[in-house]
Amino acid sequence: MLSAIQPTTSWYLILAAVLFGIGAFGVMVRRNPLVMFMCIELMLNAVNLTFVSLATGLTDINGQVVVFFVMVVAAAEVVVGLGIIVAIMRRRNGVTADDLTALKG
Amino acid sequence: MELFVFVVAALMVLGGALGVITRSNPVHAALSLVLTLFGIAVMFVSQNAQFLAAVQVIVYAGAIVVLFLFVIMLLGVDESEDINVEPITGQRPLALVIGVGVMGIIIAAVVASKDMIGHRGDGIDTPTLESADANIRQLARHIFSNNVFAFELTSVLLLVAVIGTVLMARRVKSTGAGK
Repeated sequence: MLSAIQPTTSWYLILAAVLFGIGAFGVMVRRNPLVMFMCIELMLNAVNLTFVSLATGLTDINGQVVVFFVMVVAAAEVVVGLGIIVAIMRRRNGVTADDLTALKG
Repeated sequence: MELFVFVVAALMVLGGALGVITRSNPVHAALSLVLTLFGIAVMFVSQNAQFLAAVQVIVYAGAIVVLFLFVIMLLGVDESEDINVEPITGQRPLALVIGVGVMGIIIAAVVASKDMIGHRGDGIDTPTLESADANIRQLARHIFSNNVFAFELTSVLLLVAVIGTVLMARRVKSTGAGK
C-alpha cells in the first residue's frame, strides 16, 4: 500500500526549497562567519538538488552538467572565502560578523 | 522502496540543516553539514545522477568540510558561540519571516508548475548491467562537446582562486624592515 506511492520530482523540489529557506535563515541569524559560510553551502546544495531533480523531471542531461560547474565554482568560492576569514581572524581574535564595522559610516 | 529512500534522505538533509543553524559549536555545525551533504548525495543516486553523487561525497563531504574543520582548528574558534545574543532587535523574527517567505514562494511556484514537468530534452541514460557507466559517459559527452569552453573557463577560475588565496593568506612582511 505504502510502496505504491512514488516520490515525484515536485517532492524533491519542495525539499530543496525548504533546505534553501533554512540556509537563508541561518545566514541572516548566525554571527560566526564560518557558520554563515556553511549556511551558504546549504543554499548551494539546495540549488544543486533542484537542478538534478529538474534534469530528471525534464529528462535533460544538461541539468547535471550545470551542477558539475556549480560544484567547481563552489569549491573555488570556499577556498577564497575561507582565505578571507583566516586573514581577518588572524588580525582580531574571536571575531563575529557584527564586530567587522570598519566600513560603518 | 523509493519512498523509503526519499524519506530517510530527506530526514538526513533536514536534520543536518537544522543542526547547522542551531548548534552553537562550529565543529558540530560542520559535522551536521556532512549529514546534509550525504543526504543530498543519496538523492542524487536515486535520481540517476551517479557521477554527481560520487563527486558530491568526494568534493563536498571530503574536501570542503575538511577545509572548514581545518580552518576551525587552525583559528581556534571552536569554543561555543553564545547563540542567545540578538544583535539587532527583532532580527530573528524578521529573518524567520523572510526565510519562510522565500520558501513559500518557491513551493508555490513548484506546485503551480508541476504539470509542466514532463518528458522533454534528450533523455538521461540510466546505467544497466551492460553499460554500468552510462551516466558518466553521457555527462562527459556533453561537458567535452557542447560545454568545453565553460570547462576551460572553470580551470582558469580555479587557478585564479588558488593564486588569490595564497596571496591573501600570506603573512605580509613588515615594511621598512627590508631597508
